Amino acid sequence: MHKLAVHFWSIVFIAIGLAIFAHKVFQLGMPITPDATTETWTVQARLAFKGNGRNIMASMSIPNLTPGYIKINEHYISGDFGVNAKVKGDNKTAEWAKRKANGQQSLYYRATLTRSNVATKWTEVPEYPEAPEFFEPYSTAVDKIIEDVRSQSADTASFTYELITHLRSSDENENISLIKDLARTDEQFANLITKLLAVAHIPTRKMWVVELADAANDVLPQIMIQTYNGEEWLTFNPETGVSGIPANHLIWKIGDDPLYTLKGGDSAEVKFSVTKSFIELLEVAKLAAKEKGSILGKFTLFSLPVDSQNTFSLILMVPLGALIIVLMRTFIGVQTFGTFMPILIAVAFRETQLLWGIVLFTVIVFIGLLLRLYLERLRLLLIPRLAAILVIVVMLMLLISFTTSQLGLDRLLSISLFPMVILAMTIERMSITWEESGGQTALIQGLGSLLVACLGYLVMTNQHLNYLMFAYPEFLIVILGVCIWMGSYTGYRVSELFRFREIKTSA
Amino acid sequence: MTSFANPQSLKNKGVLGINQRNSDYIMRYNKRKLYPLVDDKLQTKQLAIDAGVAVPKLYSIIKYNHQLKKLETLLEDHNEIVIKPAHGSGGNGILVLTEKVGKLYKTPSGDLMSVNAIRHYISNILSGMYSLGGVPDRAFFEYRIKFDPVFDEVSFKGVPDIRIIVFRGIPISAMVRLPTSDSNGKANLHQGAIGVGVNLATGCTTHGVIGNDTTSLHPDTGQPIEGLQLPRWKKILQIAVKCSDKVGLGYLGVDIVLDRTLGPLMLELNARPGLNVQLANQRGLLANLNTIENMESIPSEADQRVAFALSLNK
Repeated sequence: MHKLAVHFWSIVFIAIGLAIFAHKVFQLGMPITPDATTETWTVQARLAFKGNGRNIMASMSIPNLTPGYIKINEHYISGDFGVNAKVKGDNKTAEWAKRKANGQQSLYYRATLTRSNVATKWTEVPEYPEAPEFFEPYSTAVDKIIEDVRSQSADTASFTYELITHLRSSDENENISLIKDLARTDEQFANLITKLLAVAHIPTRKMWVVELADAANDVLPQIMIQTYNGEEWLTFNPETGVSGIPANHLIWKIGDDPLYTLKGGDSAEVKFSVTKSFIELLEVAKLAAKEKGSILGKFTLFSLPVDSQNTFSLILMVPLGALIIVLMRTFIGVQTFGTFMPILIAVAFRETQLLWGIVLFTVIVFIGLLLRLYLERLRLLLIPRLAAILVIVVMLMLLISFTTSQLGLDRLLSISLFPMVILAMTIERMSITWEESGGQTALIQGLGSLLVACLGYLVMTNQHLNYLMFAYPEFLIVILGVCIWMGSYTGYRVSELFRFREIKTSA
Repeated sequence: MTSFANPQSLKNKGVLGINQRNSDYIMRYNKRKLYPLVDDKLQTKQLAIDAGVAVPKLYSIIKYNHQLKKLETLLEDHNEIVIKPAHGSGGNGILVLTEKVGKLYKTPSGDLMSVNAIRHYISNILSGMYSLGGVPDRAFFEYRIKFDPVFDEVSFKGVPDIRIIVFRGIPISAMVRLPTSDSNGKANLHQGAIGVGVNLATGCTTHGVIGNDTTSLHPDTGQPIEGLQLPRWKKILQIAVKCSDKVGLGYLGVDIVLDRTLGPLMLELNARPGLNVQLANQRGLLANLNTIENMESIPSEADQRVAFALSLNK
């Protein structure tokens, strides 16, 4: 029964941890390596005009909802114009104002975006349109086309698709060629489709998208058609009938409002340009979390002050070290002094690097053991003796630091945090073990501690693991689950396979 | 000859591993609140006396350092004496004094100790040097065993003892631990003592192991260690069963010494007995553990359980 509970909890914890991890990676797009980067596009719209000396009011549509992308930042470069941005329905407008401006004026809107799968939804709900009137001979042709399309479609989406492909098809009948004469430009064509859809009482609107390419100047926005199926807006390419927002396109504006309006100026013109660059994925993930209002995004350790971040990046590695201890002791059967002492030694190794750490540890413990041997003869009480060993350890560290710095080996100066208390305890434990269980046991346990400490050090200083633990502290829950699971392991230790290898009789 | 056993074959042989011992037996059958009873040798002693089990006589208890001022008077009455920490484990911290030579005391290894050295030793015990976690401890003096002549030829310096593993009140395995020069007179297998398997049915020793190597001779005396008949075997099992009943631990190691005049005496109890008994007997513990675990009811009478134990490995 308790075994069932153990498995239940370990699975629950591991699943919760992994689920949060997966959410962050797949939903928020957090990277699993610290240096992963992603593409960003900086899109710039430049509204240029000539002021004619009167009060100027200029407005320009700017991207509001950007499915497939998130805005990393946006800037208005507007000289001494006052600027403010307004959201109206599914659109957003930047409004510039200034008293009296003469001559050439340039107003910029610049946004940096990156790919994201944060879901966005348009909120405007349209009314069902009145059927527009066509005059003969168009009205008969329109009726015929609508009838044809309707017979080949099942819903709004397929109706729209069929309508566009009908109009675009190469083997056009006379009805179609008659109607097509009404539309010469792309925009007129889009208007025509809108009008025909209105005949079928399908709400529509137009949408302008800007292609995101690298180093593209004078990008022309392309027109798209959206139809409303009663629940959501569907997007169609009026060229091909293909549904969906085309890849690498940013939605700039929706609806029939003009791209810009201008009062007090003339010869206005809007130009779009796009450039591509790269950004660290982590930055993007933080923004995505904010955008999404994800609670997990707020609980990120990256929002802590930098010095706490550094502390936590160390603290979060300790459970991994504990995991190593469990593995080495419960599964392998390595003997160590104390349960978690090797982790503390491993933490200390971070200060000195591995090789120096081992040398230092060995030297100090060795000399400490020799001196402890002498202290034994003085018959000191236990605690004062431990304190005396501690003092000796500190003196040894001082001495080693001093001599190595004289020799020009600066590295050993960084032993500041080498845990004297741990060393003193190690010396005491080792000497007692030595006396009671013999040198062999003491050495085995000493080497075992050192081995586990080295492994712990390698794991705890692994940059990738460090990043993972810091960016995904939910791995703590996974480790908790793994520890609970390992706690129910009743199989043999590797050391027992050796210890009991000679048992011959079977019971 | 491979140096590692295949886990499946170990399992087939019924070998109990540490992890399983801890999880399936100690944690399941040994209530933690009972541990102090066996971890404190003085409490264990009292418990055994209450259960009508003979123990080495307690001479005196030292709780405080100031009691050590009159150490000489405490030692005066006895030529031979054993000094133990109440919370020592694995035979650690035990000091045996065999005789007084002038102002000095002799230990089994022949070293001489001054009263001051003994005082320091005891004060180390009091400050917790041998107790788990270094908590302050008590020291006590007790009767020194004069072991049974059966062990005369196969013992070096120390006192051999008999370890019985008792599961749910039924002895399931036993071994004799013989001190060697390597073990420094201690009956501790980790320190080089010989573990000799004991036939549960007869009380006769079988084969011996030192560390992981089998041996049939005592390395120091060169005498055979196999085929020794332990005297009063049934009585020994009865002591183990009585202790187990009294202490209430389901998985217990009972250490018994054989005194040449006083017979079997209970020395200490262990709530986490080691697994070396499997090596000494060349036999895994799991078969007997499973047999007993699957029994519908355990006989309530101690004698019935001893009888059951005698028939277990037949």
